[in-house]
Amino acid sequence: MNVELKVTPDKYLPHRYAGASGDFNPIHIDVDFAKQVGLPSNILHGLYTMAQVARASVNAAGGDPRSLRRLSVQFRGMGFPEQEITVTGSVKEEHEGRVVIAAEAEQGGNRIIRNAEAELQTSG
Amino acid sequence: MPVKTQAIGKSYPPFEYEVGKEKIAEYARVVGEESPVYFDRGAATEAGFRDVVAPPMFAVIYSWGAVAHPALDPEVDLNFAMLVHGGQEFAWAEPVCSGDLITTVASVKDITEKGGMGFYVFETVSTNQDGQEVVRGTWTNIVRGVS
Repeated sequence: MNVELKVTPDKYLPHRYAGASGDFNPIHIDVDFAKQVGLPSNILHGLYTMAQVARASVNAAGGDPRSLRRLSVQFRGMGFPEQEITVTGSVKEEHEGRVVIAAEAEQGGNRIIRNAEAELQTSG
Repeated sequence: MPVKTQAIGKSYPPFEYEVGKEKIAEYARVVGEESPVYFDRGAATEAGFRDVVAPPMFAVIYSWGAVAHPALDPEVDLNFAMLVHGGQEFAWAEPVCSGDLITTVASVKDITEKGGMGFYVFETVSTNQDGQEVVRGTWTNIVRGVS
């Protein structure tokens, strides 16, 4: 089982994610504010990027959301809109119909999610 | 300023969230989900769900209101200016569907200090209207420059 997903969030994705999630922190949606606090531009919500790891994991298990039992991630570098995100992962352990995937999300050479671990139920 | 640890073990009032079909669709569309089980009642029931089902990471939508309690608690005293979301874990149980009433209780699992950084770990437990656990979340916040 291999995990791979590529997605390029568009310029207004952080605004739509803010609306969907209720997280309107201006570092995500206001370029001027983000620059004032020392960021190169507005940054993606970490939980949006985590959702991409979740989606890649569910897809790898065949698409049933019930297959994802657990997901843990560490947020590291910042993610930005209008740059491609690549989620990759591979099997770390396998036992009794459950698979543990080690995954990460990378953007422009920066690993923005590290040490992700997804536990998938593959049968039953 | 060293971290304050007196809030470890404290839990907060429950936060209720009623799950709606269009909110699931809005969230699913934003994060790029395409499966019809998130959008179409017929497809969801055919796949064995009670109604349109929420993508796993929809957990952040119904549990966010509960995490606000420890995050804003003066006893926890999170310094938002120096705060980063360091890590996140969810462990899922019963699926969440449109029409569910989800109750989430947050607690402070741990507050520690290491290398000038404060680690604030909050836990949320979410259950549905039938008392079944739907998800358990572990939210790790890191505050820089605590000592």
